[in-house]
Amino acid sequence: MKLLFKYLRSMRGFIALTLTVKAAGSLIELAIPYILGHILDYVVPERSVEKIVFWGAVMIVCALLACLGNITANRMAARVARNTTRKIRHALFDRTMRLSSRQIDAFTIPSLESRLTSDTYHVHHFMGMSMRMGIRAPMLLIGGIIITLTLDWVLALVMLVTLPLIAISVTVISRKGVPLFKQTQRSVDRMVGVVREDAQGIRVIKALSKVDYERRRYDTANKQLVKDEKRAGTTMALSNPLVTFFLNLGLVAVIVTGAFLVNGDLSQTGKIISFIQYFTMISNAMIALSRIFVNASKGIASAHRIAEVINTEPDLEVLPADSFNAPERDPALIRFEDVSFSYIGKSDNLSHVSFELKRGESLGIIGATGSGKTTLVQLLMRLYDVNEGSVRIGGRDVRTIPHEELNTMFGVVMQNDFIYAGTVRDNIDFGRGLDDDTICRALEIAQAAEFVGGFDDGLDHHLNSKGTNLSGGQRQRLLISRAIAGDPQILVLDDSSSALDYKTDSKLRKAIRENMSDVTTVTVAQRVSSIMHCDVILVLDEGKIIGKGTHEELLADCDVYKEISDSQIGGAFLD
Amino acid sequence: MTENKTKEKIKKIKEQRPSLKKELEGAVSGKGSIKIAVLKRMAKYLLRHKPMLILCFTIMIVSNVLSLAAPKLSQKAIDAIEPGVGAVDFHAVFYYAVLMLIFYAVSAALSYLLAVMMVRLSQKIIYTMRKQLFDHLSELPVSFFDTHATGEIISRISYDIDTVNTSLSHDLLQVCASVVTVIGSLIMMASISPVLLLVFVITVPMSIGYTKFRSTRVRPLFRRRSQKLGELNGYAEEMLSGQKTIRAYSREQVITDRFDAKNEEAVNAYYVAEYYAGTVGPTVNFVNNLSLSLVTMLGGIFFLFFSLNAAGEAAIPVMFTISLGGINAFVQYSRKFAGPINEFANIVSDLQSACAAAEKVFTIIDTPPEKPDAPGALTLNGVRGEVELDHVRFGYVPERTIIKDLSIKADKGSLVAIVGPTGAGKTTIINLLMRFYDVDSGRILIDGHEIREVTRDSLRGAFTMVLQDTWLFHGSIYDNITYGKEGATREEVINAAKMARIHNYIESLPDGYDTILSDDGVNISKGHKQLITIARAMLADTPMLILDEATSNVDSRTEQQIQKAMYALMEGRTCFVIAHRLSTIQNADVILVVKDGNVIEQGNHESLMAQKGFYYSLYHSQFDN
Repeated sequence: MKLLFKYLRSMRGFIALTLTVKAAGSLIELAIPYILGHILDYVVPERSVEKIVFWGAVMIVCALLACLGNITANRMAARVARNTTRKIRHALFDRTMRLSSRQIDAFTIPSLESRLTSDTYHVHHFMGMSMRMGIRAPMLLIGGIIITLTLDWVLALVMLVTLPLIAISVTVISRKGVPLFKQTQRSVDRMVGVVREDAQGIRVIKALSKVDYERRRYDTANKQLVKDEKRAGTTMALSNPLVTFFLNLGLVAVIVTGAFLVNGDLSQTGKIISFIQYFTMISNAMIALSRIFVNASKGIASAHRIAEVINTEPDLEVLPADSFNAPERDPALIRFEDVSFSYIGKSDNLSHVSFELKRGESLGIIGATGSGKTTLVQLLMRLYDVNEGSVRIGGRDVRTIPHEELNTMFGVVMQNDFIYAGTVRDNIDFGRGLDDDTICRALEIAQAAEFVGGFDDGLDHHLNSKGTNLSGGQRQRLLISRAIAGDPQILVLDDSSSALDYKTDSKLRKAIRENMSDVTTVTVAQRVSSIMHCDVILVLDEGKIIGKGTHEELLADCDVYKEISDSQIGGAFLD
Repeated sequence: MTENKTKEKIKKIKEQRPSLKKELEGAVSGKGSIKIAVLKRMAKYLLRHKPMLILCFTIMIVSNVLSLAAPKLSQKAIDAIEPGVGAVDFHAVFYYAVLMLIFYAVSAALSYLLAVMMVRLSQKIIYTMRKQLFDHLSELPVSFFDTHATGEIISRISYDIDTVNTSLSHDLLQVCASVVTVIGSLIMMASISPVLLLVFVITVPMSIGYTKFRSTRVRPLFRRRSQKLGELNGYAEEMLSGQKTIRAYSREQVITDRFDAKNEEAVNAYYVAEYYAGTVGPTVNFVNNLSLSLVTMLGGIFFLFFSLNAAGEAAIPVMFTISLGGINAFVQYSRKFAGPINEFANIVSDLQSACAAAEKVFTIIDTPPEKPDAPGALTLNGVRGEVELDHVRFGYVPERTIIKDLSIKADKGSLVAIVGPTGAGKTTIINLLMRFYDVDSGRILIDGHEIREVTRDSLRGAFTMVLQDTWLFHGSIYDNITYGKEGATREEVINAAKMARIHNYIESLPDGYDTILSDDGVNISKGHKQLITIARAMLADTPMLILDEATSNVDSRTEQQIQKAMYALMEGRTCFVIAHRLSTIQNADVILVVKDGNVIEQGNHESLMAQKGFYYSLYHSQFDN
């Protein structure tokens, strides 16, 4: 709710205007029945046709004004909802893009996705609705109460006694509703999750004839969701009958009290009758209000989920430059000093890793699955912060380098890196405003020029989301082009040539060496041939460095490396 | 050449799109009658629950009657107060007060019951719709998923179905109830003054006409609204998947700017739809107020004119006479009459968005599923594993042929390795073997049976696939391993995991085999994922194997360690292997060198090396540097 107010605040003038127009429209509309009563009670008995026509015309004018007022107000309300949603969605997306990897892990991607999509939609809907309907009902309610108070304050108070009851029950129900709707939203996440997984794994599912299994799996998620929705719906359904019942209770109380008052000559029957008229008005308003509350709890549940993300404190703050006593002039460009790190704080994923690399040198990292290769690279780029030790670039701890500056040092291709729907140019440029010459040069070096040149529309060729219209090797070469195109100081290739045939892979390495000689490269690979020519090779095993040196040195004194190498050299082949 | 192939592939996919679009347009157009058709189809979901519907309807009527009766009771109670000071009939007052309480309690209980039943009804419908859509999705050919963004599919099954359901369960029932009220008040009004009813003959068509006119304009706007939202969702999903990269390149701002552009379109589409739809309610309201004014004016004039004459002359047409009380009552009823009609306008706008959403859902449901198995299709049993491709020709679209004329023969238990440059059609061969796509001409035979004359399940069941793109679902590691063989014992699972060299890793996790792999599995590396899929394959016992870069993400040490198990896995099975590493390929019975959709060389390692052809040059490229 706070979130909503925060974003609505900047439009408060316009909102006030909207509400005023709406109020005016409603007031004018409410005048119509009064005029009607006036005509029947006073004008008709005067037996003047002109007067009847006159007042009838006034009614029509009022109707017209109310219509125009309401249309304008509805449109203004839609505008407020649009502008606010736009801002909220922007803030949410912007924050999401800037979440650290650890924070993303905590929220999970599907959950972030549903917050961005269905939650923002609910909020949008809720805002529009509450502005369209949220004015008329309170006006009727307050107006009705004021009139009844002036009519007969004793009877009015008797009736108002039930209001706290109503307020309490509406509050309790909508309080209960918020967690229920949150739970429902979580179930929506699950249900959507299954659909996403299956859309992506359709080949495996069909291959294993697991369609029925998947249907059952979906069915479980679907049933859970239905169950949660039912629970939320059933709880919320209580509010309307309860409110009506309490109101009617008040009505009965008014009649009985009225009977005593009339009997004691403290009131008149006529008053009770008109009391009942207004009572209908008040109760309708009350019911409308409680309906708004029901919808509100859904909107609020969504707003909470959005606020959770937006209010996430940024981590990976840039620390002041003097936080760590750095050597004045570090001869090494990259230096890991006794680095330890754990993802979940249990066992170390990297422990006591130290090495250094000079500018223009190349580093190769090899090791078993799960040995910490990717982790090391992620620490270098500060996607996570170390638990112990220090990662330094040019003598500065990465935690003291502003993100923008740090990131522009790197050109990186990650494991499972992504290609999005757009042209080849878009995907390589990646919003950096690079010119075509730079892009073409990057394509040349990455050995991608040939196949891109083969497209009729060259750089304008359209790629599908996730690059599904490219082969694995083509995808990797485009990603490498993207990394090279920014002219980075440090090029990080995390297992990014695995789909290339050996011939292309070796051409690629040669081109990088020749064209980017002052670039420091960090290559993570499974293939020895991809890293054997590196100046420094690290062999990782269970988060520890078990070998460090050149290919020849390691062959001589690292058994594991020798084993890997023997199994591959001469045994490697083209795809 | 290689590049040409890819180019063709891309073009083919591109060309598939317009054809799909056409299909869509065809479904949507239907010369404007579509709305009725869509509505009818939506109503079918509702009508499936007739007993419940009737029950809801009954309760609604009963509680309506009760709510009509209660004011009468209060009238009687007030009548008992009427006599005034000291003369109030307390006995009657209390009697009616108690009756009122009972009535209100019953009516509250009934309306709660009704609400609960409505929730149940709507959940039943939404459950069915989701299930139906999902079931249909799972029957669609692989090509559907190759050409549709995941985000788009998700948008259909969540947002669109929700929209349909809201309007179905809530609005349609309300329409039914309104009909009763409208007819009831019409009868009452006619009994008071048939002449005044003429006012409605003018105004009701006005509001209906206006609503109709609006709806034709507004409907495409709602369709656009849900389309734009779908696009936005697709974009958000795509960018979320690349968030790390975006951050690594400091591209947050650019990507956010692009998102903003999509967001702008989405909120504007929403706004434009609201902008026009928002006029419907007030306008219809205006028409109602107009008729109210006219009734009052005319009623007043009739009253004056005819009651004046009534004093003197006898021959006044009875239909024009009206009393003041009559006007009052007529107005009351006309309010009742106008209420539902007013509500109707809102319902129409709801229905419009529902129709737009339903159209999209139905479009998927109407997409033809995978062709059913041929009548009398054979169920493969005890497959030996003889595979033959006989002059196979295939293209993803007819004009672009990917595989021109491919013939392969693999004996039972043989190892067939497929090598060739990227994009040469290796993966396509697998698509054809598994019947993800059907050949254009030529035949594929398994044990001498043409695969199109065999049930898909038994055909696919005869293969086990391990692919480069590993796929695991949200669930425990255990469930993921047993995925290929339901009902496997724990022992078998552990055994398979041990063979795949993943057992120790799994045991090192806090929850062991019960560790839940969440989507986009947080800290499980690609290599571990692949090992899990290998364990899955080890567990499934099938006569034929397809290994498409099955160990590409596994480091070579581990690969060597699982090599033995892989050989054991391949033993006696017909294997199709696509791999980088010679270790697997070297002792293949047949190595097929595929280029441009044709087998250009064929033989075993020795004979191919002796040939000094393409294979030879590929082999030596690894030593280049």
